[in-house]
Amino acid sequence: MNYKELNLIGSSSPHIRTKDGAGHIMGEVLIALLPALAFSVYNFGPKALVNVLVSTAGCCLFELLYRAAMRKNNTVGDLSAAVTGVLIAFVCPVTIPYWILLIGDFFAIVVVKQLFGGIGKNFLNPALAARAFMLSWAGEMTTWVPPRTAVPVWGAFDAVSYPTPMAMLHSGDLEGLRKIYDLPEMLVGLTGGSLGEVSALLLILGGAFLIFRKVITWYIPVSYIGTVAALTFLFPRGNDPVQWMLYNLLGGGLLLGAFFMATDYVTSPVSHLGQAIFGVGCGLITVFIRYFGGSNEGVCYAILMMNLTVWLIDKNIHPHRFGVAKAARTGKKQAEKKEAESK
Amino acid sequence: MHIGKQLKEGLLTQNPVLVQLLGMCSTLAITTTVANGIGMGLSVTIILTLSNIFISLLRRIIPEQVRIAAYIVVIAGFVTIVDLLLQAFFPDIAESLGVFIPLIVVNCIILARAESFASKNKPLAAAVDGLCQGVGYTLVLLVMSAIRELLGSGTLAGTAVFPGEYAAQMMALPVGGFLTLGFLIALMQWARSKAGKGGK
Repeated sequence: MNYKELNLIGSSSPHIRTKDGAGHIMGEVLIALLPALAFSVYNFGPKALVNVLVSTAGCCLFELLYRAAMRKNNTVGDLSAAVTGVLIAFVCPVTIPYWILLIGDFFAIVVVKQLFGGIGKNFLNPALAARAFMLSWAGEMTTWVPPRTAVPVWGAFDAVSYPTPMAMLHSGDLEGLRKIYDLPEMLVGLTGGSLGEVSALLLILGGAFLIFRKVITWYIPVSYIGTVAALTFLFPRGNDPVQWMLYNLLGGGLLLGAFFMATDYVTSPVSHLGQAIFGVGCGLITVFIRYFGGSNEGVCYAILMMNLTVWLIDKNIHPHRFGVAKAARTGKKQAEKKEAESK
Repeated sequence: MHIGKQLKEGLLTQNPVLVQLLGMCSTLAITTTVANGIGMGLSVTIILTLSNIFISLLRRIIPEQVRIAAYIVVIAGFVTIVDLLLQAFFPDIAESLGVFIPLIVVNCIILARAESFASKNKPLAAAVDGLCQGVGYTLVLLVMSAIRELLGSGTLAGTAVFPGEYAAQMMALPVGGFLTLGFLIALMQWARSKAGKGGK
């Protein structure tokens, strides 16, 4: 029997593949964000949903236009632009004008992501970089409304300035905070704040879903949240360390950032140890900004700053290598050997 | 004399800011308005041309060992002249440029041209070199300050283009300077590699 007649294709391993791709993973992230979105609509009215839709459409459109203008393949299908769009809407107040959202979309997709080469090449988290840029319009970006406010989808809205938990945590006013929001309210998310950050419970649910589906590992969220918990427990303001810690964990963008932004594949370290270091770094900077910084919330800048250290972490901490001799497993020794040889 | 070549080098292939990456500090700091950009650019061009001529004239007299100090003395002389002239005739620009005019004394572009060109060439060639490099610097400042003023405060050379409340304040802050400069350098590299000359 001539084996050439058999219709066999010779190829090297791997031979068994899954259909998981970027689109599949990003789809799961979108699913994990849905509960928090549903709660935002309940908490802030239909404009929350419209914000998310506008921002997502904007991101996909800019991605489509840029790729078409540069004659590159269309990457809207991998859904990473859609995730960026949802997250941009999540990190802004619900009262944000649509044109600011669209400028943020443009900055995230074109400036931060595509100019550096598209998905997988950006060195900053696009949604957070966009938020940092959108703080150009500081007034619009910090207009908070009370919980259970139905913000109209279109037209003028007479927003009353309302204290968010973060403003009171920043000034160390635990007593005052307790009078406005009790802990169950903080957990469920009946507070003022950015659109998607309010519901701690549903964000943890979404994060647990992602860990369960193996979309993300637990290293970054646990080390990040753990660092914030430890620091706020050890150095509380007010008379109750446990309460101070819980308010710090449930308030602000910590859970949204720890589960959905710090874990972005592109802008986080590869190895597990590296991820833990990354998470601890995020936690330290977050607490430092909340305690001593100029702004109330530090999650955005903490993750952005740690994004910039990822190359350094990855360069020094090598993931475990399989299929090689024991001595060669640590790339460091190999590098040293090479260096010695070149000398 | 290769005026055409020198001009091309100053504006494009050896642009002091975008290719040689010199004079970054003043470039980032003062490009918030077009008026500042032009004022700074012209000041540097004048000082660069005059100091190039003088250093070229003195190139056989200045001892090798103390040449940097000697260059600085020459440059500082012209900076003082320009500083005083600006304060007398354009007090607004002098005030908004502030410390960056005196700091031209240690501007890398001027020192670099003195060291690498003026000290090795005849005065006329040195003058042309100073002028071309200065125009290249001014051009970059002009583009950067136009971008930053337009996006950062909604005006162009002081005329309102769109209402200020829509302007992205970040572009007027240092962040905007780094962003604009970074993308201009990237654009320049892209254009050079497209042209086939291939930046390193």
